[in-house]
Amino acid sequence: MTSLLEVRNVRKTYPRHGEPGRRVVLDDLSLSVAPGDVVCLIGSSGSGKSTLLRCLDLLEPIDDGVIELRGREISDPLVDPRVVRREIGMVFQAYNLFPHLSVLDNCTLAPRRVHGMPAAAAKDKARELLDRFGLGEHVDKHPDRLSGGQQQRVALVRALCTDPALLLLDEITAALDPELVGEVLDIVRSLADAGTTMVLATHEMGFAREVASHVCFLDGGRIVEEGPPAQVLGAPEQARTREFLRRVLPQG
Amino acid sequence: MSGPTTHWQPSERELARRRTRSRQRRHRVVVASIATVIALVVLGAALVLSPGWPRVRATFLDLHHAKESLPSIVDGFWLNVRMFLIAEPIILVAGLALALARQATSAWLVPVRGLAVLYTDVVRGIPTLLLVFLFVFGMPALGLAGIPNSIFFWATVALVVSYSAYVAEVLRSGIESVHPSQLASAEALALSRAQTMRHVVVPQAVRRVVPPLLNDFVSLQKDTALVASVGLFDALFAAADYGNFNFNFTPYVVAALFFIAMTVPLARLCDVLARRLARRERAGAL
Ligand SMILES: Nc1ncnc2c1ncn2[C@@H]1O[C@H](COP(=O)(O)OP(=O)(O)OP(=O)(O)O)[C@@H](O)[C@H]1O
Ligand SMILES: [Mg+2]
Repeated sequence: MTSLLEVRNVRKTYPRHGEPGRRVVLDDLSLSVAPGDVVCLIGSSGSGKSTLLRCLDLLEPIDDGVIELRGREISDPLVDPRVVRREIGMVFQAYNLFPHLSVLDNCTLAPRRVHGMPAAAAKDKARELLDRFGLGEHVDKHPDRLSGGQQQRVALVRALCTDPALLLLDEITAALDPELVGEVLDIVRSLADAGTTMVLATHEMGFAREVASHVCFLDGGRIVEEGPPAQVLGAPEQARTREFLRRVLPQG
Repeated sequence: MSGPTTHWQPSERELARRRTRSRQRRHRVVVASIATVIALVVLGAALVLSPGWPRVRATFLDLHHAKESLPSIVDGFWLNVRMFLIAEPIILVAGLALALARQATSAWLVPVRGLAVLYTDVVRGIPTLLLVFLFVFGMPALGLAGIPNSIFFWATVALVVSYSAYVAEVLRSGIESVHPSQLASAEALALSRAQTMRHVVVPQAVRRVVPPLLNDFVSLQKDTALVASVGLFDALFAAADYGNFNFNFTPYVVAALFFIAMTVPLARLCDVLARRLARRERAGAL
């Protein structure tokens, strides 16, 4: 089995009342992502979805377990996180665009500085991606001039400009109006169709059902149930999954 | 972003609103003008009617002495300007280097970080005038070879040393005010620590601290007059020289006007630059 990303028995804790290790956020969590997979993480607020994604991008150290990318352990402290992150793109819930740079400069910063791409090539590539996602007219604007949906699309393009092998998306539609959610999800859908490997945390159950190849239900830092969307979302076996779905799905 | 709706005519109500608004605006202008005139008249009257006014006018505001002292004050002021123009860029660079040294995370740079903390703590604790004395009289005494011994050189060094510590603290507060989520997204893009500072953190930090930075610049422009105390012929020294000789203080007022004339345009320029940046980058959010 050739998986792109392999997570085995990961544990992550935060301190509580100043005592380290008291708040367990990820508990013995395992996950396997094959190339082309679209893995959706669902679960109630505080279940650890964002924390898992941050750990995968090595933005947080883990307390135990192993994370492997292409069979190489990246949770090893001797691994340079920057080398790993060159292959991973991450988009945050709150966009986190750089306010002092134009849309184009936001998108070309990493290709030029990290990947050593010549300025002209980086700009051409960013322009093409921005065009494709309907942002062509905003190339020279600064992010604060754009709507939330446009900013989030720019953030997606920024992550795509370095051709990442793996894309991590953390509730990228959570801060958006229902109308704007669609335009962002369209992009993710087209990426999924193009075979991009993604791990995404989402509250959009309909979307998860449609694009996911694999759905993981997180509760209390554990994957309680996982499998194809039809099974996890349609015929869940665990009581907690059923209860969660009953709360989030507007149905009788 | 569609064009204007065709054939739109402002409604009666809108026209009435506009009339009210312009009436309110006119009213404000009239009130502001009257208040300003009253304030000026009261201040002027208080000054002119005070018992000592004739003597003050003779000793501080004498046109003849102002003209007589002008050439030497202009010469002296040129020294202040030169000193400021030389010191300021060096202070900015040194201040930024100190601020960045305090943010360094590399293990190799731990001693540098400690030194930067020590430097700012010690230097900020010493009065600038005392630093000027220490450098101007102390350094040449060391007899270091190959370094100029002029008072101008060492006085400038003293100002650089003193102000770089203040500027470093201002820049550091700007750097620390950049939100951690900006660092996280720079990290996620695999930027190195140095690249993150250079392209993400410092540009945002500098924009935020322009007003306090300007405050330090203005302060520096004035503190170039401290060199009068070590015998450099600057604007203040020229004014004092003339005043002591002719028993008239008008030259001090002239020198003060020169300093004001230098600081006010700088303040306005910074305002304009800050506003232009804000317009471009913060359209929605302010
Ligand atoms: N830096 C931190 N320090 C301490 N506790 C934290 C920190 N970050 C997250 N936590 C805790 O970890 C738990 C999981 O948080 P996480 O952000 O991963 O949840 P989530 O599943 O993404 O929730 P949401 O759907 O609301 O985004 C929460 O209980 C949270 O309080
Ligand atoms: Mg979250």
